[in-house]
Amino acid sequence: MSLALPTGVIIILVLLWELIRPALKGAMAHQRLIWSLRQRSPALAGYDPGRERRAERRARALLRSCIDEHDWAMYQDLGFLRVWDGLSTGPDGAPAYAYLIYPHKPIVAYLPESRELLSEYCVAFPDHSKPYGSSRLPHSDDVLAKWMALTADERRLIGEANMHLPGRQIEPERVKRDLARLARWEQQRLGRGERVPGNVRAA
Amino acid sequence: MKLLRMKPGHGEVMLAEGDVEVPEDERELIEAFRRELDAGMWAAVPTGAPGCRREAELVKSFAEVPRDAERVIFFPRAAGGAPGATL
Repeated sequence: MSLALPTGVIIILVLLWELIRPALKGAMAHQRLIWSLRQRSPALAGYDPGRERRAERRARALLRSCIDEHDWAMYQDLGFLRVWDGLSTGPDGAPAYAYLIYPHKPIVAYLPESRELLSEYCVAFPDHSKPYGSSRLPHSDDVLAKWMALTADERRLIGEANMHLPGRQIEPERVKRDLARLARWEQQRLGRGERVPGNVRAA
Repeated sequence: MKLLRMKPGHGEVMLAEGDVEVPEDERELIEAFRRELDAGMWAAVPTGAPGCRREAELVKSFAEVPRDAERVIFFPRAAGGAPGATL
């Protein structure tokens, strides 16, 4: 009887050890891998997982301070911005076409009347100094850079971009769905008596 | 006036701030402005008051910046390309 209890405890401990050993082994291997990667890459050692989120928060605040309230609501609700063409007009004096600006995707030109897609303008704003290991701006900074360049000097931005047929990087069906969402969204705002500014145009 | 620069992994950083009517401040602003342009940045001045039409103006020298501008935003110059997966 006096031996049975300690023996039972030992057996339970051994069984428990056998149960947790694989998980413990995996965790130790994972830690060893992280440690060795940190030794090899100082950039990873300084990696801050919250940095990108904070950068995006700052970028959104800057974007909001620069664009119209209607455009900001559009970006928040739909995830893209629309800018009207400023270089040409249709027979009724309205802009002949418009652009959709997506973060880190090409600018899409389309005909507002028919929603026909015209082209994709592939353009990026790479920062080759890579101050934080990447050359890519936060999403909302990329959108703001495109918006500023387009509203300030449409011809120059389009001149720098690589033009492709629709569908090169963004699925045409997705853009068409986005245009339908935009139309519904503006209808809803009009229905609520909110202002829908017309023809905020590129330069 | 504030000079801001967009940075990957950070958002905007303030490069310089000063009153353009104070000669010393203006000198510092001009120097910072030139540094960014020399580094290949584009400079834009957001325009339009809240409630009015908003747009931006690209400027190539400090002399082109409106004296009453609140800020100038620098960002990397546009480059064609940007390959990526289909969205």
